[in-house]
Amino acid sequence: MENIENNIIEKKELHTEIVAHLAEPHQHKDAIASKMGMWLFLFTELLLFGGLFLLYMAYRLQYSQDFVIAAQDLNIVLGTTNTIFLLTSSLTMALSIAAIQRGKKVLSITLLVSTIGFALAFMVVKYFEWTAKFHHGIAPGAQELMNKPNGEIIFYGMYFSMTGLHALHVIVGAIILVFMLVFLLRNKITKYDYIKLENAGLYWHLVDLIWIFLFPLFYLIH
Amino acid sequence: MANEALAETLESYLEYKSNKSKLFSWIFTTDHKRIGLLYLVGMTVFFWVGVTLGFLMKLEMLTPGKTIVDAQTYNTFFTLHGVIMIFLFIIPGIPAVFGNFFLPIMIGAYDVAFPRLNLFSWWLYMFGGIFAVVALFLQGGPIDTGWTFYVPYSIRTTTNVILPLIGAFVLGFSSILTGLNFITTIHRLRAPGMTFFRMPLFVWALYATAWIQVVATPVVGITILLVIVERVFHVGIFDPAMGGDPLLFQHLFWIYSHPAVYIMILPAMGVVSEIIPTFARRTIFGYKAIAFSSLAIAFIGYFVWAHHMFSSGISDTSRMVFSLLTFLVAVPSGVKVFNWVATLYKGSIELRAPLLYVMMFIFLFSIGGLTGLVLGSLATDVHVTDTYFVVAHFHYVMFGGTVIIFFAALHYWLPKMFGKMYSEKVAIWAAPLIFVGFNMLYFTMFILGYKGMPRRYWSYLPEYQTLHIISTVGSWILVLGLMIMFANLIYSLFKGKPATANPWGGITLEWQVPSPPPVENFEKIPTITHGAYDYEHINWEQDGKH
Amino acid sequence: MEKVEHKEHLINYGTYVLIWLSLISLTVLTVAVAGVDLKKIALFVALFIAAIKSTLVILYFMHIKFDDAIFKVFFFVALATLASIFILTSFDVFFR
Repeated sequence: MENIENNIIEKKELHTEIVAHLAEPHQHKDAIASKMGMWLFLFTELLLFGGLFLLYMAYRLQYSQDFVIAAQDLNIVLGTTNTIFLLTSSLTMALSIAAIQRGKKVLSITLLVSTIGFALAFMVVKYFEWTAKFHHGIAPGAQELMNKPNGEIIFYGMYFSMTGLHALHVIVGAIILVFMLVFLLRNKITKYDYIKLENAGLYWHLVDLIWIFLFPLFYLIH
Repeated sequence: MANEALAETLESYLEYKSNKSKLFSWIFTTDHKRIGLLYLVGMTVFFWVGVTLGFLMKLEMLTPGKTIVDAQTYNTFFTLHGVIMIFLFIIPGIPAVFGNFFLPIMIGAYDVAFPRLNLFSWWLYMFGGIFAVVALFLQGGPIDTGWTFYVPYSIRTTTNVILPLIGAFVLGFSSILTGLNFITTIHRLRAPGMTFFRMPLFVWALYATAWIQVVATPVVGITILLVIVERVFHVGIFDPAMGGDPLLFQHLFWIYSHPAVYIMILPAMGVVSEIIPTFARRTIFGYKAIAFSSLAIAFIGYFVWAHHMFSSGISDTSRMVFSLLTFLVAVPSGVKVFNWVATLYKGSIELRAPLLYVMMFIFLFSIGGLTGLVLGSLATDVHVTDTYFVVAHFHYVMFGGTVIIFFAALHYWLPKMFGKMYSEKVAIWAAPLIFVGFNMLYFTMFILGYKGMPRRYWSYLPEYQTLHIISTVGSWILVLGLMIMFANLIYSLFKGKPATANPWGGITLEWQVPSPPPVENFEKIPTITHGAYDYEHINWEQDGKH
Repeated sequence: MEKVEHKEHLINYGTYVLIWLSLISLTVLTVAVAGVDLKKIALFVALFIAAIKSTLVILYFMHIKFDDAIFKVFFFVALATLASIFILTSFDVFFR
C-alpha cells in the first residue's frame, strides 16, 4: 500500500519536473538539431533566389543582345570590390567561429566586428552604385529607362530585384551578426556552446554564395 | 491498466495550469498538442467561411444571369473561396492539426524539435489569415484575380492585391517553419529502437510532405514578392508592355502550386495507412512500398507542374515532356491504393466511422485521380482545360481526397485528443448525405465541362442550366451532411461519453497513452522493439479487452 | 542531449586563409576571362568558375565536408530539386 503511494508521489514529482521543463519554453541542447534546422532554412533561401535565377536564365536567353548592351553600364571595378568584400567577410566569419572554438573570445569578437565592417562596406558601395544609376534616370519606372528597348528594361528590372533582395539579406545578416556580437560579449556563446554563431555564419556564407553568382551574371556579360 | 493509473496521477494537456492566465497559457503555449488544437480552431472557422462562399457561388449559378450577386462580386467570391480553402485550410490542414498533435507521440518524443518555432508557425498562420480577411474591406475592394493571381491581370486590377499577397507570403512562412520543425523532429527525436522502418506510415507521410513544404514554398514566395514589387515599382519583369513574360509567372507559380497539392494529399494518404490496419486488425500490406511511394510522390511531384500550362503557349517539347512525367506520378499513388485494398483482403474488418470515411475517400479520390489522366493527356486536355471538368477534378481529389480524410482523422483521433466519444450512429448517417451531395455537386461538373462550360464564368448559355441546378441542389445536401457531422463532433466535446485510451484497438504509440494524453505524453520515453503495425506479435488492448 | 561535440573537427586558421586565397584568385580569373571573347562558352566558363567558388565556400566555410553525412544528403536533395526545376523549365524556354 505504502509502496504504491510512494510510487504515485514519485510520479507526481517527476511529472512536475518534466512539465516544468517542457510546458514552458525551453532551450534545446541538441546542436545537431539546431544546425539541421538552419540548413533547412538556408534551402528555402536557395529556392527563393533560385526562382529569380530561373527568370534570369529565361530573359537572358530571350534578350541576349540587350543584356550585353545594358551590362556595359555596370561598374566592374565596384562589382569586383564588392565581391572581394563579401569573400573576405566569409573568411573573417569562419575565423571568428574557429577562434571561439579554441576559447579565444577577444579574437573571435575582433573577427566578427570585421565581418560586420565588410558588410557595411558592401552596402556603402551598393548605395553609391544605385544612386548613380537613379541619378541617370535608370530606375524602375523612370523615364530614361522606359525609353530603352524592352530587353534593357528587363535587364535592369532583374538587376534591381536581385541585387535589391540580396542587399536586404546583407542588412538582415549584419543585424544577426550584431546580435551574435552581443551574445559573445555576454558569454552566451562560448567554447562549449557556439551553435548560434555557427548558424549565423551559415546564413552569412549563403549571402556570399548568392553574390558569387550575381556578380558574373550581371557585371561580366560581354 | 498502467494508462488508467497514469491518468489519475498526471494532468492531461487540456487541464494543465501554468502561472499564466488561461487564455495566455493557450495562445502562448509551446505544447505541440495545444498548438494542434489552436490550428484546429482557426481552421474550422476558415473552413466554414470557405464553405459559405462556395454555397453562395452555387446559388449564383442557379440562373444564367444575375441570381444574387453581380459578376465582379462573383469574381471575388471564387477568388476568396480558393484562397481560403487552399491556403488557410487544406495546405496547413492535416499536418498542422494531426501532425502537430501526433507526430511526437507516434515517435515516442516529448515534443517537436523546436517548440517555440512551432508556436510562431501558428501565430504566422493566424496573422496571414487575418491579413487576407482585412484586405477585403480596404480600398479597392476584395481581390478578384482568382486564387492563382495570374499576371498581367493581377498587376493591372485595381482591387486590393498587395495585402492578400502579403497574407499569403506570411502563410507560406508558417508552412515552411512547420516542415522544417517536422524534418528535424523525425531525424533527431525518435525513441530508442524506433528505426525509420518502424515508424508509423503517417510519420513517413509527414516527412515527405515536410520536404515539399521546405523546398517548394519559397518559389511561390518569390512569385508573390515579384508581383508586389511589380505593382509598386513597375520593374517590368511580369509586364508584357515592358518586355515581361507572363508565362514565366505561370512557371514560377506552378513550380510551387503543383507540389502543393502533394502537400495536401500525402498526409491524407498517411492517415489512411493508419486507419486501415487498425480496422482490418492486421499489419499493413507492403509497408516499405507505401513508405517509399510517399517519397516517390514527393519527388516526382516536382516534375509535372507545367501540365497546368498546356494551352498557355509553352513549347511543344515541354508539353510532351510534362505530359509523360504526369502519367508517371500516378504510379506511386496506385501502389498505395493497391496495398490498402490488399490489407483489407482477408482482414478482420470492423466498419466503424473512421473506416467508412476512408472507403468514401478511396472511391472519390480514385475518380479524381483517373480524371487527372484525362487532363494530363495533351489531346483531351485541350478540350477540357479551363472548363468545369478541371473544377470537378480538383474538387474530387482535394475535397473528396484530403478533406474527407480530414474528417476521417477527426473521427479516428478526436476521442484521443479530447477523451470524449461521439455518437457513432450520427457519424455514420452523416456520411451518405455527404457522399450523395458531393457527387451531385461535382459529378455534374464533369459533364458540364465536357460540354464546354468554362470555369470562373458568372454567366452561361441556357443549355447548361439544368446541370447547374442539379449541382446546386447537391451543394445543399452536402452542406447539410457537413453540418450534421460537425454538430455531432462538437456535441461530443461537451456531452460525449468518456473515451478509453484505445477505443479502436490500434497499436501505434498514441493508443498506449491516456485519452486525453498528459502534458508530457509519456511518463518515460518508451523503447521500441517492433514495427508499427505488428498485430501478429503484440498483445493489443482495446477498451480493456483483447 | 549532449552539451558539446567532443570530437569536433577543428579546422586550422591557415586552411581558411588558403581557401580565401583560392576564392580571390578565382575572382581575378573570372574578371580576366570576361575580357576575352569566348563567344558561346563565355557564360559557361563564368558559371563554372562560380560553381567552383561555391563548392569551396560550402565544403569548407560552411563546414559540410566535416559534418555528418546527413547534411550532405540534405544539401544534395535541395540542389537536385533546384537543378530539376532549371532543366524542366529549359524544355520550355529553349524550345519556343
